[in-house]
Amino acid sequence: MNLNKTIKNGFLILVAGLVLTACATQKKTGQLQSDVYTGSESVEYLASGVKDRVFFATNETVLTTASRETLRKQAAWLRKNSKINVVLEGHADERGTREYNLALGERRANSAKDYLMTYGISSDRISVLSYGKERPIDSGSNPLAWSKNRRSVTVKAN
Amino acid sequence: MLFRYLFILLIIFPIKTFALIEVDITRGNLSPLPVAVSPLSIDDNSKKNFKKILEKENLGSEISTIVENNLRQSGLFNPLNKNAFLQEPDIANLKPRFEDWNLIKAQALITGKVTFVDEKLRVEFRLWDVLAGKEMMALAFTTVPSNWRRVGHIITDKVYERLTGEKGYFDTRIIYVSEEGPKTNRIKKLAIMDQDGFNNKFLTLGNELVLTPRFSPTNQMVTYLSYFRNLPRVYLLDIETGMQEVVGDFPGMTFAPRFSPDGKKIIMSFAADGKSDIYTMDLENRIVERITNHPSIDTSPSYSPDGKYITFNSDRSGYQQIYVMKSNGKNVKRISFGNGLYGTPVWSPRGDLIAFTKLHKGKFYIGVMRADGSGERLLTENFYQEAPSWSPNGRVLIFYRETKTNAKGEGFSAKLWSIDLTGYNEKMVKTQTDASDPSWSSLLGN
Repeated sequence: MNLNKTIKNGFLILVAGLVLTACATQKKTGQLQSDVYTGSESVEYLASGVKDRVFFATNETVLTTASRETLRKQAAWLRKNSKINVVLEGHADERGTREYNLALGERRANSAKDYLMTYGISSDRISVLSYGKERPIDSGSNPLAWSKNRRSVTVKAN
Repeated sequence: MLFRYLFILLIIFPIKTFALIEVDITRGNLSPLPVAVSPLSIDDNSKKNFKKILEKENLGSEISTIVENNLRQSGLFNPLNKNAFLQEPDIANLKPRFEDWNLIKAQALITGKVTFVDEKLRVEFRLWDVLAGKEMMALAFTTVPSNWRRVGHIITDKVYERLTGEKGYFDTRIIYVSEEGPKTNRIKKLAIMDQDGFNNKFLTLGNELVLTPRFSPTNQMVTYLSYFRNLPRVYLLDIETGMQEVVGDFPGMTFAPRFSPDGKKIIMSFAADGKSDIYTMDLENRIVERITNHPSIDTSPSYSPDGKYITFNSDRSGYQQIYVMKSNGKNVKRISFGNGLYGTPVWSPRGDLIAFTKLHKGKFYIGVMRADGSGERLLTENFYQEAPSWSPNGRVLIFYRETKTNAKGEGFSAKLWSIDLTGYNEKMVKTQTDASDPSWSSLLGN
């Protein structure tokens, strides 16, 4: 637990630094909040106003308030488009061992899946695919890049 | 660093088979043993024949170069410059003039002869103790000429074993994942090569993502993860025939496979509903057994060499740690208690140690601990490195390391590295392409 705190504090300092830098450069590089990416770079849309992805904190699979909002919009869109099935692609950043990250990506995608299900989307419309750390969206080796890579992306399956 | 060598005088032990020179491989080695590898002598007729078959000008010196490189790479030996050798190879093999070899400070001398006999390659070699002026070993064997590189490795194994008292690891192969392309969309292929990087072959074409190949105990099969048709599953590949099959019929991702020490089972993780548990599948009767059942992530299982225990990675404590349990899943015990996160435990072929990856304060370490978790020792620190695999004698670890990219996200590379259990002799292992997920074979002769 102590370690966790140390890591988190470390990240907070980094995050603070990044936010400051980001502000100075007019938020060009996106943002981090408590280690979770809140920017819009790399984000795509399933439909107008329906973001395709949610982001996670380091080693976490918990959905943030913003993530839940995104997923509620996805659920609404899926309810309206009942013939569309989706694949939830779970990803991890590069700061973990390959095998554990495969499991972590699966757990992240499932955490998004569970939320969609609580908003009425049937589990047989959702499949889950973990890529672990194999498909980063940002090739950077810094906390901001890693935060963009810790994600679950909802992709149309048909 | 390592080691020292002892001289035991012949007066005390006048037994030819007793080790005269000894190399202690349990310590870091500051002064590698100076050894002269005399080019293997070859007669003109054999030379001509081998040149025709193998397109090698002088097969004798080619083989001795392999031995020399192996010995140098081990960090335990210092092969001397051939230009300083005074005695001709053929004469040296009959009877070395020890004063000459002593003069250039050689303590051990390897001589030998290759001949073309009945379409085959016949090799004899001798190991000499220069100071004692005695022959320590003499061996001869015959093989097909195309095996000539293996001949060099087998000679090295014999010399290594004679001088260190432990089996060598040179007549072995590495299976790994070859990587190309941008970091965001790497093309990955299974590849196999000799331990020294030669005879590289690709086993898959790169059409689908492949990860974590591991040898069967007899080196004939490989188990690995493939994203064929976007369904990440554990596969089995026969290296000789190229036949592939999915392992088991799981309704989701299977990953992190390894063979049991008897080669009869595959142990792996199966992920479902956000949980990953450890399963085995018997390759003969296809029976699947669930070994762990916990809401956490349980992965990276590895058997003890006697097959009685399994070490694995779990975050059931909240964070990635290393555990040991009986092979039936009972008696689960956490063994890693240091600061940081621990992953990729892998049991040493000697049974005493478990190698692992550790993440602490933004750095990655390769380390070892005893199977009860005591005696943790970190061997190397870097920005990113993981996935150690043991040499068959349990003396060397091979792993992969990734570089930090620059501000623009450029400059990514992944390479194989090896390090001695002593923490010394850290070396990059040359590969044709970028590389990751290495797995060391057992000795091929076995």
